[in-house]
Amino acid sequence: MSHRTLIPIGPYHPLQEEAEFFQLYVEGETVVDMDVRISYNHRGIEKLCESKTFDQVPFAVERVCGICSASHPLAYVQAVEAIVGVPVPERALYLRTIVNELERIHSHMLWLGLAGHFIGYNTVFMWAWRYREPILDLLELVTGSRINYANVKVGGVRMDMNKEQLAAVQKGMDEVKGPVEMLTKAVLDDPVLHVRLKGVGVLSKDDARNYACAGPTARGSGIPFDVRRHDPYAAYDRVDWDVIVREEGDVFAKAVVRCLETLESIKMVKQAAQEIPDGPIDAEYREIPEGEACGHVEAPRGETFHYVRSDGSSYPYRHKIRAPSYVNVPSFKATCIGQSITDVCLTLAAVDPCYSCTERMAVVVDAASRKKILNFEDLVRLSQEKTRKLLRDFKG
Amino acid sequence: MSETELARELKTTLGATALEIRQPSRNNIFVTVRPEDVPAAAQTVWDGMKSRFAIVTGIDVPGGIELLYHFVFDDKHTIVTLKTLVAKPFPEIESITPVIPAAEWIEREVHDLLGVTFRHHPRPERLILADDWPEGVYPLRKEFKPKDPNE
Repeated sequence: MSHRTLIPIGPYHPLQEEAEFFQLYVEGETVVDMDVRISYNHRGIEKLCESKTFDQVPFAVERVCGICSASHPLAYVQAVEAIVGVPVPERALYLRTIVNELERIHSHMLWLGLAGHFIGYNTVFMWAWRYREPILDLLELVTGSRINYANVKVGGVRMDMNKEQLAAVQKGMDEVKGPVEMLTKAVLDDPVLHVRLKGVGVLSKDDARNYACAGPTARGSGIPFDVRRHDPYAAYDRVDWDVIVREEGDVFAKAVVRCLETLESIKMVKQAAQEIPDGPIDAEYREIPEGEACGHVEAPRGETFHYVRSDGSSYPYRHKIRAPSYVNVPSFKATCIGQSITDVCLTLAAVDPCYSCTERMAVVVDAASRKKILNFEDLVRLSQEKTRKLLRDFKG
Repeated sequence: MSETELARELKTTLGATALEIRQPSRNNIFVTVRPEDVPAAAQTVWDGMKSRFAIVTGIDVPGGIELLYHFVFDDKHTIVTLKTLVAKPFPEIESITPVIPAAEWIEREVHDLLGVTFRHHPRPERLILADDWPEGVYPLRKEFKPKDPNE
């Protein structure tokens, strides 16, 4: 009988910012089972929102996650707008699109950089993050803040963009387009990446549906759903763009989806900044009546889903938040089992797990002695070594 | 709001299971069902009608715990919510995880935060609450008041 070892990763490890705990059961180098423990840092935002007025909640929910700080308040605001029945002015819809797509560009580039680091391509990490920085500058220019934009409100947005700002956004898109195309080509054309990422961490179409996966994780497995297309909000039905879908379900497919999506986002931001109509940026409403509604938005990691119930008072009676990683992370059970330990780090990283979305850790421990034998750093090192070996083989 | 095609389809498919069907806004349909009908209705909506499972919301209301099962019909731009009420003091309902694997985490979460027991859940363990959190204290219930850290 083969020897089974428990490998814990987390709850605290130096590379990720918050706590989560993956327990991998391995026989030899193959993962045979796994378990995820989360909620080491649960912040109780749903409970908190019950004590905030409807106008204060967007500021609370944009702090669910710094990376998705445009998506969460927008989903909430759309749910409240459905309860009130207030129509949002056209200009506000375009402004929402610009901020949300800038957010997607910087989030996907952040992921690309981290993925590059995990496989030992630190040049990719440096490049991706270098070209991500001007996007954050643009967000600061148009909203006043790199994250937590405090921009969206029920009925519209808080801040308009003037001609100079819109021109700067367009210029920024022109400048970032070349580098993103270059990075995309570098991923698509690199034979070592093909060998390293193809067939790794495959999530089948059925598993993606059973685990209710969202965003690039689902679209990399051939499920073509994108809230921006399937329940159009903001100005997504007014600009020209494509939903990127790949059938393979492996890490490579997810990487390709994110790279190509970034290019679509650049296209959208540019169009929105060019075609934005003049007019008011918010609509007035008198009160929030009794009622309930769901709102959803395509965040960079997938659909973020909010449910709001109003009892006619100034405070939401209930506000439920489901962030995308909450449905993407459980799919690890389908993707990691049967994988080699050198690929686990990459497979875990491929869904772009967000601690704020779910918050969770993992370490490798010898089952008999309970001694730690591998930590997250070791896993990253193993993953990088495998790439180097492939690189040598390829050259040799 | 006029009845849409999807609301009519739900009426025919669910039949007497659907006690009430409301569409208060363009992309939201709420269907009220009895607690004992939830697993079958969820299977019909998710598997039979090919929708996407989103999440479960639990709400502490005066009459018990309300459970909302959200499903998204992407092609029809609509969110369908199955709504049911389980009575306190011991709210209990059949788990839908055997039918929809994606419900595993959220049912554990609803149990932690609101004290609903999901019968036949494959892994009825804590998800959100710490191991040393006292039994029978449910933080999302309305009577639970968080301690002020400054006191």
